[in-house]
Amino acid sequence: MELQAVLMAAGGGSRMPDLTYNTPKPMLPVGNKPLMWYPLNLLERVGFEEVIVITTKEVHKMMSTDPKMKDVKMKLDVVCIQEDGDMGTADALRHIQQKIKTDVLVVSCDLITDVALHEVVDLFRAHNATLAMLMSKAHEFTDTVPGQKGKKKTAEQRDFVGVDQSGKRLLFMANEADLEDGLSIRKSIMRKHPRMHIKTGLEDAHLYCLKKAVVDFLADNKSISSIRGELVPYLVRKQFSKTTNSPKIKDDAEDQNQKTIDGSTNHGQDEPLLQLAQERSCWNDHRGDMSEAYHGGKLRCYVHIIDQGLCYRVNTLAAYIEANRLAPKLFEEPAVHPSAVISERCQMGSDSIIGALCQVADKTSIKRSTIGNSTTVKEKVKVTNSIIMHGVTIEEGCNIQGCVICSNAVIGRGADLKYCLVGSGQQIEPEESSATRLSSLIE
Amino acid sequence: TKEEKQRLRKEKKHQKKIKEKKDDKEEKPVGAASQPPTQPSQKGDLAPAPAPVPVPASETPALADKPAKSKADLKAERRARQESERASKQGKKGDVGQPVPTSKPKAPPSELQPVVKRLPEHVQVDNPDVLKKLAKKLERQQIPLRSDYGYKVSLFSHLHQYSRKAPLTQQLGIPSTVIHPAIVRLGLQYSQGIVAGSNARSVALLHAFKQVIRDYTTPPNEELSRDLVNKLKPYISFLNQCRPLSASMGNAIKYIKKEISNIPSQCKEEEAKSKLLSCIECYINEKIILAAKAIAKYSIEKISDGDVILVYGCSSLVNHILCEAFEKKRKFRVIVVDSRPRLEGREALRRLVQRGISCTYVLISAVSYILPEVSKVFLGAHALLANGYVMSRVGTSQIALVAKAFNVPVLVCCETYKFCERVQTDSFVSNELDDPDELIVTRKGKTQLEHWQEVPSLGLLNLVYDVTPPDFVDLVITDLGMIPCTSVPVVLRVKNVDQ
Repeated sequence: MELQAVLMAAGGGSRMPDLTYNTPKPMLPVGNKPLMWYPLNLLERVGFEEVIVITTKEVHKMMSTDPKMKDVKMKLDVVCIQEDGDMGTADALRHIQQKIKTDVLVVSCDLITDVALHEVVDLFRAHNATLAMLMSKAHEFTDTVPGQKGKKKTAEQRDFVGVDQSGKRLLFMANEADLEDGLSIRKSIMRKHPRMHIKTGLEDAHLYCLKKAVVDFLADNKSISSIRGELVPYLVRKQFSKTTNSPKIKDDAEDQNQKTIDGSTNHGQDEPLLQLAQERSCWNDHRGDMSEAYHGGKLRCYVHIIDQGLCYRVNTLAAYIEANRLAPKLFEEPAVHPSAVISERCQMGSDSIIGALCQVADKTSIKRSTIGNSTTVKEKVKVTNSIIMHGVTIEEGCNIQGCVICSNAVIGRGADLKYCLVGSGQQIEPEESSATRLSSLIE
Repeated sequence: TKEEKQRLRKEKKHQKKIKEKKDDKEEKPVGAASQPPTQPSQKGDLAPAPAPVPVPASETPALADKPAKSKADLKAERRARQESERASKQGKKGDVGQPVPTSKPKAPPSELQPVVKRLPEHVQVDNPDVLKKLAKKLERQQIPLRSDYGYKVSLFSHLHQYSRKAPLTQQLGIPSTVIHPAIVRLGLQYSQGIVAGSNARSVALLHAFKQVIRDYTTPPNEELSRDLVNKLKPYISFLNQCRPLSASMGNAIKYIKKEISNIPSQCKEEEAKSKLLSCIECYINEKIILAAKAIAKYSIEKISDGDVILVYGCSSLVNHILCEAFEKKRKFRVIVVDSRPRLEGREALRRLVQRGISCTYVLISAVSYILPEVSKVFLGAHALLANGYVMSRVGTSQIALVAKAFNVPVLVCCETYKFCERVQTDSFVSNELDDPDELIVTRKGKTQLEHWQEVPSLGLLNLVYDVTPPDFVDLVITDLGMIPCTSVPVVLRVKNVDQ
């Protein structure tokens, strides 16, 4: 077996508390499908037959009842962990170390993408890399986000990513938060790769191919708790550490860890043959200096950067809204679910989706919106640019624009809501107008 | 060696006897051979040409197999068969005009010898039937078919041309279950050029096969000797799709298949696997590592102090020889000749300069300017063909030609495992076409040839190999010794008799 897929679905969605305080993030509906369906569908399309899903008990319960999850034909091995949020992604990997028998592909549950996965995996295979990851150009979200007062919040802390000339080898990775004293690059990196491109407009897609040796290394090093925050920068730094290249093995504690990573990345018995093949091959990954391919380093990290195509991480409200608009375009499914009852005098735009068992009455206008399952929309309702989740009732004469209405809410008659976020199970009084509270949060 | 010469003499005597018997039979294929050359098709040209040559060669094993019947009886039997065939063909001749001459040279050789000389599939890409057959075979083995890319120059339209940007893994599922992951990795490395060079490719292939053998378990009711060979067949097709196999790889595969099928059926699985693994180790050690040492030893005799040696491209063997000679304190300097688009000479330059050898670097366009300084030319080979031609990186024959014009000795270094039974006199029939986009160059942000496919009268050709005639090669240094180019068929014959 070549790769095992692991889906991390235990995250809390800490950056969009309004949406997730009732529904856990992996089950948030995007285009009327639960969020975690998208990465699972990506894995299924590519050819995986089994996935290890790390999630909480709550999500596991919801998964078994959701009809869309039954469409997933792969074998899902669900591992439940505690919800207290102390467990990072690396801790979760350590937890399932016994199940990992080969190299592992870690995917986050909030990734929606149509990338050709073989590009990332080919980098991992061809260069015998320790880590291969996926990044995309960061998107500017232009839609007004409900619940945000006034101007947009300051940009999230940027990531500084350094790649070599070919744009594939990862040389440097740091978050703005860690660079308070300025960005410093080690001389050893500059000597080996004199030309480095540093990019700041990239977003990590949280899709990683890791060698089995890394999972074993994690089991020994309990101090690393997050893949993205700690493991990846550690591996990127260790590519150029002096001990990686020197043949001597020191007794230092840190170098002991180093040794484990080095020792287990080799194939053991056939290492001299591989060395011989590399020596006899007339290929080098860089030119201009006297070193052999890869500068003799055994630890290599690669990144595949996509500029075109869909790649979203749904971890903020703005991303959620954007994803809802674009996700349906990934698949050619009918916009209107066959079981929905739509009256003939309803004006429905082409970019709207209507979920199962919906009832849409006369004289309604639905444009650029997503309407979830089992929702009732009464007469003379105007819904524009909104996301309406499951089980919502919208009474007559409402005007809903740019809103996100969570499940089981009831919008009273004649309510006029602009750019609002209505929480789960809330009731909006009739004739309520959001004009009095512009861009507000109703909970 | 003496033994070889004795064996040669015996064989020649044997052949003379056979020739006298078979004179009448040989008339037919030779006579028919004169007709097809008038036809314009390439296929006709090739079929009769190799047919008469291997006929005497393969007679010896055929005859040796039948010691029971006397030679006179066999002769009579064959004559009778031929007469009946001739009679039936005379009847058909009135109806069928053209196909008869082409079928004639093919039919009698198939009668006389068990092996039918057919054109290999990889040089018949413009024949839709062959393509269909290939597609069917790959479908059966569950391997995706790689589609050709771009416009092919008409003279080479019978060869495959793939694009580096469309790897075969696009069509494979990601956790590859049909093909062993080591083979997928190898295929990727071949198609991206990470493992390039005849020796490197063979070593990497054997390394991957070792992993396959290690992970192999015999299914119930199957024998390891037969099942493992069947398991390896789709892998070999896959690797062939990624990049056409080299002659050295072909020989290595033949060796492994032979070793696998020679495993006795009562052998336990663990024992058999460890035996195979040690066979592979042994092969690599003997044919590649020790052979390199032997060749280096012979070559150092030919390198004298004050020499100016010219090398072309990056041949692992030639680099090894030069480094060894430098270790043995010979005083020489090297001129590295390089050519686009691969520019492999840069890597050779790096390896030599790293050791401390003083080098000069030129492009192939300057070869005639630099040759007056050169005292010897050392060339590496991809394969040595049965008629003494040397198949090597494109540009080698040019260097050999210019060196001949300047009376500079040309020495080709090649291990015996790269000797191939193919016969070729030109670089057109069997070659490899690399990605044509590799020829495109971007300078200062401008790519002039970016839309070359839209220009109807423009074709880009990126050849990989060419053949050098034996007249330009003065000496071939192999692990068996220093032989002239025309002795290659002798070595091949001796190898066959050994096996």
